[in-house]
Amino acid sequence: MKRLMIYLLLIIAALFFLLPLYVMLATSCKTMPEIYSQGILALPSHWNFDAWQHAWSAATIGAGSQGIHPFFFNSFELVIPAVIISTAIGAINGYILTHWRFRGANLVFYLLLLGTVFPFQIILLPMAWVQGKLHIAGTLIPGLVMVHVIYGLAFTTLFFRNYYVSIPHDLVRAAQVDGAGFFRIFWRIILPLSTPIIMVTAIWQFTMIWNNFLFGVVFTNSDQQPVTVAINDLVDTVTSVHMWNVDMAAALIAAAPTLLVYVLAGKYFVRGLTNGAIKG
Amino acid sequence: MVQQHKKSFQRRDQIIAGLMLSPTILAAIFFIYAFILWTIWLSLTRSTILPSNHFIGLANYRDLFGSSRWWRSLSNLGVFGGLYVLISMTIGLVLAILIDQKVRGERLWQMVFLYPMAISAVVTGVAWRWLLDPSYGLQAIIRSLGFSHFHFAWIDDPDLAIYTVVIAAVWQTSGFMMAIFLAGLRGVSADVIKAARIDGAGTVRLYTRVILPSISSTFFVAFILSAGLAIKAFGLIIALTGGGPGYSTNVPTIFMYVFSFERGEMGVGAASALIMLLVMMIVVLPFVLLDARRRA
Repeated sequence: MKRLMIYLLLIIAALFFLLPLYVMLATSCKTMPEIYSQGILALPSHWNFDAWQHAWSAATIGAGSQGIHPFFFNSFELVIPAVIISTAIGAINGYILTHWRFRGANLVFYLLLLGTVFPFQIILLPMAWVQGKLHIAGTLIPGLVMVHVIYGLAFTTLFFRNYYVSIPHDLVRAAQVDGAGFFRIFWRIILPLSTPIIMVTAIWQFTMIWNNFLFGVVFTNSDQQPVTVAINDLVDTVTSVHMWNVDMAAALIAAAPTLLVYVLAGKYFVRGLTNGAIKG
Repeated sequence: MVQQHKKSFQRRDQIIAGLMLSPTILAAIFFIYAFILWTIWLSLTRSTILPSNHFIGLANYRDLFGSSRWWRSLSNLGVFGGLYVLISMTIGLVLAILIDQKVRGERLWQMVFLYPMAISAVVTGVAWRWLLDPSYGLQAIIRSLGFSHFHFAWIDDPDLAIYTVVIAAVWQTSGFMMAIFLAGLRGVSADVIKAARIDGAGTVRLYTRVILPSISSTFFVAFILSAGLAIKAFGLIIALTGGGPGYSTNVPTIFMYVFSFERGEMGVGAASALIMLLVMMIVVLPFVLLDARRRA
């Protein structure tokens, strides 16, 4: 009886969490007349992918009718360098903070810790000004990449720091006795032990940057925008008939990469969420 | 001789370490801390579309707190934040406890509850905007079941629209709260649980008297995280309601964006950003102080 209650509650919760995804999928595969007549819960009478095609290559976003695809690729152009750079610097930083202790290391730690909590609104205006002075205002590369690298560093550094703390310092000391230097120790000893934390950090950064809206909407213009901003433009566009099926297809396209990563490597994503949160 | 040689190598490496770390330290000091001071300065100037150094004291703050739109944004943050923190923590805790009962398919349940965290807030907003649409969404579904007078049009109602933001935000992050609580529950030592069992504690007593009190720090973490998410919520609300109807679902993030980047009232925007930072500090500071004391 008690077991039954537990599973019943879990199933109800699962339905609540899955409902929006189901409705989005079903809506995206119907025609608008079918949505009007059958409602949003019914399965499509036949699976129709016109809305997906329209969302991908024809929907009106901003000034043009090019569909979502250029913005989808923009997001990749943004995410790939931003993730690689912020993760690499975070790894070196974490290594230094744990195995090259120096006076003030704790201060640096708190300096960065606060860097993970403040609301980004407080830096938007100066950053916009600086980007203007550097003549990179409104650009995806390097403008938006730079913003994401800078404000991702506090997270990546703390991820690696919290992980490298558990690598015994004797390993580093022994290597030093053998004559290994700063880079050699990192390359030969630290890095080979780092696969899990690189996965956690890279997946975390990928998800955060891909899903980010605020920096995209503030720091990029028109054809440089990432996919999240384009989705919002699409849905906001006032047309005579609101094409909900196209909106849903576009939203699913925008959600697909991070969902795919989640399904393939959810373990690391969860670890990032809980580690970053609890140990940080 | 050899010893001394090693020493000098180590000193060289220490210098390399310092050099490698310094760009991040300088970046943090400039792009975070100097920018905060810079925003404070902007909030004291007559900056409009472009920044200006014309000092006008607290006039922007007078404008800010004289604006009914700002007060609405603050009260919305209070209503939305309060309900969202309470509900998402409750759902998260309940789900964590359920999953902690040695259920089958534990990983699968977790995957289902947590996947919205992997989706962008904008997509979440778009999805719920559709589900909450009075003509086609939940209202229409329930009416089609025969309850023809069922009324659920919160998203179009200036007094109720803010609650739709709560629904969408709870949907997106309750699984995150679950993951936090589950990690906490799994950290309770098996001996403590066994001892309580031997003393004859039932499941309810076991949780209320033994397990939950011992994970008080987890509650604290969950509170800080969810409060932080509430203060930062932006894309979700933009996509769900656009801050409307009117400005009935404006929150400080939206107010700041609109005044700084759409209305060209940079000074007022900067002032609102500073108030946001203060709100965040009030939420986070007790945690940082407690943590510092624990480390000391």
